[in-house]
Amino acid sequence: MPGTITDEIEIIDAGRGGGTNVPAGGDDDGEGSFGSPGIPQRAYFTVIQLGLAGIIMFFMALTSSFLVRKGLGNDWVAFNFPRILWLNTLILLASSITIQIARRHLREDEKAAFKRWWSVTTSLGILFLAGQFIAWRQLARQGVFLVTNPSSSFFYVLTAAHGLHLFGGILALVYVSHRSWRRSRVSQATATDVASIYWHCMDGLWVFLFALLYLGR
Amino acid sequence: MVTHDSGGHHHPPTSFIRKYIFSTDHKVIGLQYYFLALFSVFLGMALSMLMRIHLVWPSAKMPFTPGGQMTPEQYLALMTMHGSIMVFMVLTTAPQSGFGNYALPIQIGAEDMAFPVLNMLSFWTTLLSLIVLVSAFFVNGGAPISGWTAYPPLSALGQIAGPGQGAGQTLWVVGVAIFCIGSLLGALNFITTTVDLRAKGMTLGRMPLTVWAWLVTAILGLLAFGVLLAACLLLLLDRIAGTSFFIPGGLVVTDTPIVSHTGGSPLLWQHLFWFFGHPEVYIAILPGMGVASHVLSTFSRKPVFGYKAMVGALGAIGFLGFCVWGHHMFISGMSPYSAFAFSLLTMTIGVPSAIKTFNWLGTLWGGRIQFTTAMMFGLGFVSLFVTGGLSGLFLAQPSIDLYLHDTYFVVAHFHLIMGVAAIFGIFAATYFWFPKMFGRMLNETIGKVHFWFTFVGVYSIFMPMHFLGLAGHPRRYADTTGVNFLGPLHSVHYFITLAAMITISAQLIFLFNFFYSMKAGQKASENPWNATTLEWSIPSPPPFDNFAGRIPVVYRGPYEFSVPGATDDYIPQHLTPERVGKAH
Ligand code: HEM
Ligand SMILES: [Cu+2]
Repeated sequence: MPGTITDEIEIIDAGRGGGTNVPAGGDDDGEGSFGSPGIPQRAYFTVIQLGLAGIIMFFMALTSSFLVRKGLGNDWVAFNFPRILWLNTLILLASSITIQIARRHLREDEKAAFKRWWSVTTSLGILFLAGQFIAWRQLARQGVFLVTNPSSSFFYVLTAAHGLHLFGGILALVYVSHRSWRRSRVSQATATDVASIYWHCMDGLWVFLFALLYLGR
Repeated sequence: MVTHDSGGHHHPPTSFIRKYIFSTDHKVIGLQYYFLALFSVFLGMALSMLMRIHLVWPSAKMPFTPGGQMTPEQYLALMTMHGSIMVFMVLTTAPQSGFGNYALPIQIGAEDMAFPVLNMLSFWTTLLSLIVLVSAFFVNGGAPISGWTAYPPLSALGQIAGPGQGAGQTLWVVGVAIFCIGSLLGALNFITTTVDLRAKGMTLGRMPLTVWAWLVTAILGLLAFGVLLAACLLLLLDRIAGTSFFIPGGLVVTDTPIVSHTGGSPLLWQHLFWFFGHPEVYIAILPGMGVASHVLSTFSRKPVFGYKAMVGALGAIGFLGFCVWGHHMFISGMSPYSAFAFSLLTMTIGVPSAIKTFNWLGTLWGGRIQFTTAMMFGLGFVSLFVTGGLSGLFLAQPSIDLYLHDTYFVVAHFHLIMGVAAIFGIFAATYFWFPKMFGRMLNETIGKVHFWFTFVGVYSIFMPMHFLGLAGHPRRYADTTGVNFLGPLHSVHYFITLAAMITISAQLIFLFNFFYSMKAGQKASENPWNATTLEWSIPSPPPFDNFAGRIPVVYRGPYEFSVPGATDDYIPQHLTPERVGKAH
């Protein structure tokens, strides 16, 4: 958790109340943000972590289905693993690096460099999705479709589900780079952090799925 | 960097549409969920009435069975829709999304949920799922017939598996998948709000048990609905794309070999479904436990007995709830060792359940009990929870379940503990919070009449079902004529149907009370029950932002009743120490 931002936010406690024996609410770490409408920035970190937990449960259900279906059925046939997936994986890993560079620039208040690296990240994300699409086309050319075999069924389902989630991440990146922060409940720093937490997790999730599909094919 | 913007989120909307339809106010959304559940529960009851009539008078002419008599398939369609509507649209919405949305932010001293727009989206997603689900009645072939558990292969094969298994079953899968999304979004909001938006002084240890219950329920929802969503996705692909996740090879359905599928595993669906399904039954019941604790304490004028144990028990039930799904699959051919493990874990849930029960009794012990209608329904909840839980311990033995599985015994078990107990929780909450929600009191006399009809009624309906089950009566049978060993049980069915008719009619008493009191009930004061939690510190009904901009500070736990030395027998959570003992 990038704690710095949230730590700073808590300075704005409006200091209401003040009777005896009043521990703070919120996350019990001593301060809160009372008296001001809207919500503390840490809520955005809470919700992204929870959301990721939900997403992971979804993918774990698919993963165990993969393992069970492979173990129980006797009709599993391996297919030619599209080579481009290696490249796609490298692209996505690179995007995790560029997003970190972008965040560092934002911390040092270098807005232009932030924008640049942030768009590099976005482009890498789009490139990844394009690469996944090419992988599908390669499989289709070999005659491997969704229904061909359970191995290909799971391949399409897992890559599509991950692609959809990553597409959500791309939308988040675009949102962060295009909105104005003047009148928003969420600060730019928070939004950037939250988007990159999500991005890293989708990256990590892909590495996991890649390993699953490659080793389990 | 400090940006804390008070951006335009806290001005009440003025147009009718923004205020009552596309509202982001948690109170309005809570009521929307409540009315969604109210509509659904009456629809579900109507379906059950048709089933009960058919069971006793199989040749009776029914209103919407065009051919005259009801066919077995039509019976199964009614059963499937009854179960699905009740479980998803009633038991999952009203206790959690309905009352939770309404009361949780106020009880923790927040002006709204953390993400009001997301909250609105959750509701509209849920409404969409209800529409999709119910539309299954109107498509070619009608509603699906594979039960709320939708076991493949029959649920995966399409039209060939029976009427309703075509478009109807597809709509069911899509509807349930949409419901999963709505519930996931809701869970995110509930947890974040509870974790991050509590008012000053509202420590975890001072949260009302209702809030704890909603929190644990939301965590269960967050971890369970994603799994059901994945299962629905795979089932949908089996149905419309021709994959073989759940459909085995070599299948012959009504003399037609199914050649296009190989190797799929119906058991895989059962695992995925019950990994969701068992937590789901706790999603239905935990909010009721919270309400029961809250109401029992308030009307015994005593603190909840063993607050910490109550919280711990909620957590333990939530955790164990994820470890016991196999008890629904004892007869699936699982290894006896797995069955033993699942059996042991299942019975372990009896421990936190018993802790809760004894603590409820401990709360009542020596209290100055006020028999309000809310209290009676709270007590009814405890009674039903015990009755239904005991039959669970029978079913948790693999050797006994071998006999009882798929009999009316299971029907009795889950109706008492999940169906009716949760409904009693909803009623307790309704009678308790109605004054806050609508600014008027429900009529207590009518309420008690409603209670007694319902309490005696549900026991009359569901107790005899245990005997049917023990006599070997299978569940999901449309008609027992001609089945010799079931012949003698017909009079039991007759009694149950009679009881169901009376009990369901008695719900009209509630409906009358509800809408009559909303218009003409006695005006409710701020705190008609002399209760302690924050929702009773603000006007009834509350203003748009709950506290009119003055967020309360909390000085004490949620159940300070009959504190020695205090002048009143209750001390509200927001009362400063200096003001205790003075008039408030
Ligand atoms: C001590 C507590 C409990 C135990 C030991 C227990 C045990 C069981 C067992 C072993 C079954 C499977 C029976 C079969 O299908 O053959 C079952 C079914 C069921 N239980 Fe429970 N249970 C308990 C509490 C609950 C609670 C609290 C709820 C809901 C609020 C619940 C709802 C259900 C439902 C809905 C089913 C049937 C599902 C179906 O087949 O459609 N149970 N229970
Ligand atoms: Cu269960």
